[in-house]
Amino acid sequence: MLTVSGLRKEFPGPRGSGTVAVAGLDLHLDRGECLAIVGESGSGKSTTARMIAGLLAPTAGRVVLDGHDVSRPARRRRDRLHRARLLQMVFQDPYASLDPRQSPGDALAEVLALHGVRDRAERTARVRELGEAVGLSARQLESRPAELSGGQRQRVAIARALAPRPPVIVLDEAVSALDVSIQAQVVNLLADVRAATDTAYLFITHDLAVVRQVADRVLVMRAGDVVEQGPVAQVLDRPAAPYTQRLRAAVPPRSDGARPGAVPHQVERNTPPCESS
Amino acid sequence: MTLALALPAGRSRPRRARGVLGPVGWTALVLVAAMVLLAALAPWLAPYPVDQQDLLHPYAGPSPAHWLGTDATGRDILSRLLWGARTSLGGPALVVALSLAVGLPTGLLAAWRGGLVDAALARVLDVVFAVPGILIAVLAVAVFEPGLTPAVLALAVAYLPYVARTTRAAARAQRDLPYVEALELQGMGGLRICVRHILPNILGVVLAQVPVAFALALVDLASLSFLGLAVQAPAADWGVLISDTSALLQGHPEQAVYAGLAIVTTVVALTFLGDRLTEGRPVARARKEKR
Repeated sequence: MLTVSGLRKEFPGPRGSGTVAVAGLDLHLDRGECLAIVGESGSGKSTTARMIAGLLAPTAGRVVLDGHDVSRPARRRRDRLHRARLLQMVFQDPYASLDPRQSPGDALAEVLALHGVRDRAERTARVRELGEAVGLSARQLESRPAELSGGQRQRVAIARALAPRPPVIVLDEAVSALDVSIQAQVVNLLADVRAATDTAYLFITHDLAVVRQVADRVLVMRAGDVVEQGPVAQVLDRPAAPYTQRLRAAVPPRSDGARPGAVPHQVERNTPPCESS
Repeated sequence: MTLALALPAGRSRPRRARGVLGPVGWTALVLVAAMVLLAALAPWLAPYPVDQQDLLHPYAGPSPAHWLGTDATGRDILSRLLWGARTSLGGPALVVALSLAVGLPTGLLAAWRGGLVDAALARVLDVVFAVPGILIAVLAVAVFEPGLTPAVLALAVAYLPYVARTTRAAARAQRDLPYVEALELQGMGGLRICVRHILPNILGVVLAQVPVAFALALVDLASLSFLGLAVQAPAADWGVLISDTSALLQGHPEQAVYAGLAIVTTVVALTFLGDRLTEGRPVARARKEKR
């Protein structure tokens, strides 16, 4: 579905002193799969996500989505829309992810219209459908973003990403800004959506506990390099690279004494339609 | 038994910026509105035609017939003040409207494209910014001819950098927000994102600058008219009224004082209004965010 090869990004510095943010990265993502990219701040995981999404032009390397080379930003309208239907992204900051002047319903309707849902009634139906899929009530779809909580806004952002029915969604620290209980709800929502739509996730995070809940495979990055990759259970339980071991040890134990990186952290499934906050 | 609870109809809307103006802001707004109204209604309000002379009663003091007295040729000063307000306020309005019409798209373009386009536009605007507006107007008048049109056009060019820079800075801040990037990833074109999403979100910040720009343009235009470069003498612009030196030499400064008062009142009111609008904004924002 998504194949990335030799992806590299250098940020030029003064007098030829450049910073290598990502030093040649290869990855592959199958339909319906969830690959997590973990690493500390500055490891290049967000830069990777932005290059794959097409928000940042790579210095070198190829990004192939569903057989189409999308390494360069799309210029023409047709290409842009085509690309939008292949890959969408959810951002970290729920407070800046929505146009403050637009209700979630209007925002979703606008995106649907952009992708060719011309008929008004059909659009309204699809908006309601998307709202249901992410657990937003009709009333919440009509309110202003300022009236919604962080978790609710992130649900809107997920609904927006789902609108063009892309096979791949990049989640760039999508649950990191939420507090723990809301985070669990959104993580469950993402799992439900994946099960229902067979969407592949590229899940960027620094939180190993979340990785264990959502991901099939994990890729550990450090200072622009891939340190280790493999199935979640293998990498998190028997890390080969010393860096992964240290990363795992750095996760503070929760109040119940469990180390979320090491011990599966049980959360309830079944996302409630709205959260109390 | 059923219990019915009355729910307030409609959704709760964040309070508009109304509370932000405060008593000072409101007074200023009322004053400015009154000035504009007086100017608009001058043909009906003015007791005498703007240029009707009465050579038998020059420099008459205030009287029931002439509330503010008459000038050297017996023209009614109140009528001339009211008529003068039309060019004195209409001119700056045109200046601000023109600089907004060009400055908003320019600022948005610079912010959206960034890079070379942004740098090139910034240099051009810096050059224009460095030349005083009056000087540009004097040059324009020298090249064309004295009159309101070249003066207004020249001042519009001079005020362009203010608008464009404010717009660029505000739009630049929106440019990198995830909601804009999300729209880009949805395949929406830059023009549509700028017009439909960025512009509405920055318009308040840019329009808050309008009163002060208007006040500055008013002073500049009046100065040009005073120098005889914009509105020409028989017409009654506030700047022209002040420049009537014969009256001053005869020991009759009333007309200049009244026109000066009109300018000062309007400018001070506009400045306070602009102050309230720019000061109030972050507070309103913070209050909204808290909800």
